[in-house]
Amino acid sequence: MSLAWLGVVPFLAYATAFLLLPAANVLIGAFQSNEGGYTLDNVRTLFDEPYRTAFKNSIEVSLVTALLGGIIGLLMAYSAIREGTPRWIRGGLTTFSGVAANFAGIPLAFAFIATFGILGVGTQAMTAVGFNPYDHGFSLFTKTGIEIVYLYFQIPLMILVIAPAIDGLRREWREAASSLGASSWQFWRHIGVPILLPSLLSAMVLLFGNAFAAYATAYGLTSGGVGLVPIQIGFFLSGDVFDNPHLGQALAFGMFVVLGLMMLAYIPLQRISSRWMK
Amino acid sequence: MAVVELKQLHRRFGEVVALAGIDLDIGTGEFVSLLGPSGCGKTTALRLVAGFDRPTSGRVVIDGQDVTDVPPNRRDIGMVFQAYSLFPNMTAVRNVEFGLRVRKQRGADRNRRALELLDLVGLAQAANRYPHQLSGGMQQRVALARALAIEPRLLLLDEPLSALDAKVRVQLREEIRRIQLELGITTIYVTHDQEEALSISDRVAVMSGGQIEQIGPPAEMYGSPATPFVAEFIGTMNRLLATVGDDGSIDYAGLRLRVDAARGLPRGERVLCLVRPETVEVVRANGLVAEGAMAGEVLSNTFLGSTSRLRVASESGERSITADISTAQGVDLVVGTKVVASFPPDSPRLLSLADEPMFPVPDPDSR
Amino acid sequence: MTPRRRIAPSAVVWLFLGSAYFLIPLLATLLFSLRNDQTAKCCTLANYSYILHDPDFWSTIKLSFIVALETIAITVALLVPTVYWVHLKVPRLRPLISFLALVPFVVAPIILVVGLLDVYRGTPEWFYAQPYGFLAAVYVVLAFPFMYFSLDTGFRSIDVHTLTEASQSLGASWPTTLWRVILPNIKAAALAGSFLTLAIVMGEFTIASLAQFKTFSVYVQYINQNKTYPAGAITLLAFGITWAAMLALLAVGRGRQAPITEGEK
Repeated sequence: MSLAWLGVVPFLAYATAFLLLPAANVLIGAFQSNEGGYTLDNVRTLFDEPYRTAFKNSIEVSLVTALLGGIIGLLMAYSAIREGTPRWIRGGLTTFSGVAANFAGIPLAFAFIATFGILGVGTQAMTAVGFNPYDHGFSLFTKTGIEIVYLYFQIPLMILVIAPAIDGLRREWREAASSLGASSWQFWRHIGVPILLPSLLSAMVLLFGNAFAAYATAYGLTSGGVGLVPIQIGFFLSGDVFDNPHLGQALAFGMFVVLGLMMLAYIPLQRISSRWMK
Repeated sequence: MAVVELKQLHRRFGEVVALAGIDLDIGTGEFVSLLGPSGCGKTTALRLVAGFDRPTSGRVVIDGQDVTDVPPNRRDIGMVFQAYSLFPNMTAVRNVEFGLRVRKQRGADRNRRALELLDLVGLAQAANRYPHQLSGGMQQRVALARALAIEPRLLLLDEPLSALDAKVRVQLREEIRRIQLELGITTIYVTHDQEEALSISDRVAVMSGGQIEQIGPPAEMYGSPATPFVAEFIGTMNRLLATVGDDGSIDYAGLRLRVDAARGLPRGERVLCLVRPETVEVVRANGLVAEGAMAGEVLSNTFLGSTSRLRVASESGERSITADISTAQGVDLVVGTKVVASFPPDSPRLLSLADEPMFPVPDPDSR
Repeated sequence: MTPRRRIAPSAVVWLFLGSAYFLIPLLATLLFSLRNDQTAKCCTLANYSYILHDPDFWSTIKLSFIVALETIAITVALLVPTVYWVHLKVPRLRPLISFLALVPFVVAPIILVVGLLDVYRGTPEWFYAQPYGFLAAVYVVLAFPFMYFSLDTGFRSIDVHTLTEASQSLGASWPTTLWRVILPNIKAAALAGSFLTLAIVMGEFTIASLAQFKTFSVYVQYINQNKTYPAGAITLLAFGITWAAMLALLAVGRGRQAPITEGEK
């Protein structure tokens, strides 16, 4: 028994080498100066431009797509699961969501360029009926564009994680509410949403992290035209920024902190929303 | 005036006919049970009354108003479900308040009313507990209080006791009846448990294959079942497939039995002879078999408390009968004992099978 | 009897709008990929032909596929014995292992790559500069969450103790037990994890591009930036690869819950 833990040493060693070591490198490197001492300057730089805007943009894009993706994903999952919808629709939606949640990155970016880019099929179709969106302030290569594209993987992810929670909503609750005189809206306000809230919150935190860390899609879409934190890290790593080698680590550390704060905000919310469970 | 009228209700799900035309009038303050095996259409009928489902054809009329097309939230009907229907995110008292809340009643009023109702169901002390902190029986009491809080014109109960322990079941069903009588509320109660239905209803409707087989007060349903199905479903019943013999007798698998009800029936007609087990007498065989008695041996002897249930079969096995006798009497009639079973000629009812040529002979052991 | 009702109108609306949002870009990409590269007129298969005749397409897809197989092999070799051992001998370590396997979900590739490049810069060329070395080694970490949870579920559904004891009482050694008895029983779980890993590795761009490797998705990005219309063709081909991996996954895991994944973003 005493030596049984040796059996997991290979895994622990691997995780240390390729997971813990790099993570520690980021955490420590963020506070190291070029001269080898410790400093807060790198982290302080995060509050200067362009990094301040990058964090603002990244948080905004993540919040918007987590919220919108969460709500739309919830509505779609509910529509597919609710009574009256044929069962094959649910199966199809789950399969498709599994693919779409993985169909991100460079190909996704291009699919939207082919649709709503300046030469895109959708743009041309709209122009043909007299409404060129690019004449009306729209551009795919902006924050709004990024948000629209991110929803393509945010919504399916939401559908996948929220479906089990929706399955847990009992038909009896809906019918009991109805027989007590509640409208559909009142059911959702007083029963449906409060019951789903803990799952909704954790799903949205997952969605936030998902969007916050996304690099390939934004890069494929704008080639770095819109400043997001991952894009800034990318610039740094591909050698566009040379002045401070520890800045990349500080940026990565900043992402850690934002994700951590998100978790911290989520824990009390989760506790309040699920107080009836314990 | 009838409070609820179901008029020729039909409900079809694709190829499956769940309700094949139900007509039912329920009077003010009346407690009517819909009783039947699963799939007989009783729950479908209840859901049509509640408005959760729409009939394929037919009407639901409440207090003279046709509500067939009225959505459930505007019907003013209280409903208690099988189980787990309490809103898990609300305490007991908030559950009971819910109907009043969506009716925009003032907070203080509705709270007082909710507490009154919790008191009525004996749960005043549990008002601030969440459903998962309540036992199954307590949850159903809260569900009842919640349904009654809106002062519904009609109360529907869909197998409210089926998920509970036997002991709680008996206790709670009596309480449901007490409260129902106290409030005088018209009630429809769906159950598959005949004992439950017989013990608390004003009238019982036995359903089968989407139709009402028979409806009447419990005593009538028990004493004079109108169809073989009802006879089978209500109480335990011996069903002897026989033919009518000469004056006042029947022929049961070669044995001549005296049955008063056979008088006047055409000789040779196929009948089902219904004999309640409690009317059957069983004595140890002493070599003599009186006319109209059945010789056999004890196949099984089940202890039921104050009575014991015996199954007696003839040696060839083609005749068998179930008897409920006092345990004192049955205690030495162990399995294998040679016995003689008989019943008084005035106790059986006969159902003619002339219209049901294919009537299947039930396997008595499957009961 | 469960009453079946007709589909709710609001459900139809939501599902319709959702399907439109998800299908329109795919349809548009298809139409886009059929345009003539010079005249932008429909319809030609020339873009597909261009891609399929591009030696870089074949070399990068081959490279990514080999890296994927290597990643799968290492992940399986590392995790199957570990998960087995945790279930059999040291269940109290399970929270630690689960936590470590889950970390790559939180420490996203973009964060990980910063530390990785700094830590491994300066290691020998044959490792650091090789996709089959450094990149595959890193992808193993990205595969941890998927493979671990797939295997953990698989192991929970079999009785590891009884199977092991039965095998050993018949004289089998540890390796034989693992190879002949345990592995066949968790084959479906390992396969499911493998197909997920395949889908992830084939699409991974962040680490590959920032570590300067010419993988399939880096090639896709190159086409996107330089060849407008063939880019539509390569996009659909990449989508097809994801579909194939996911359908294979569903085929091996019929009846299981659809996997929750976070692939390349």
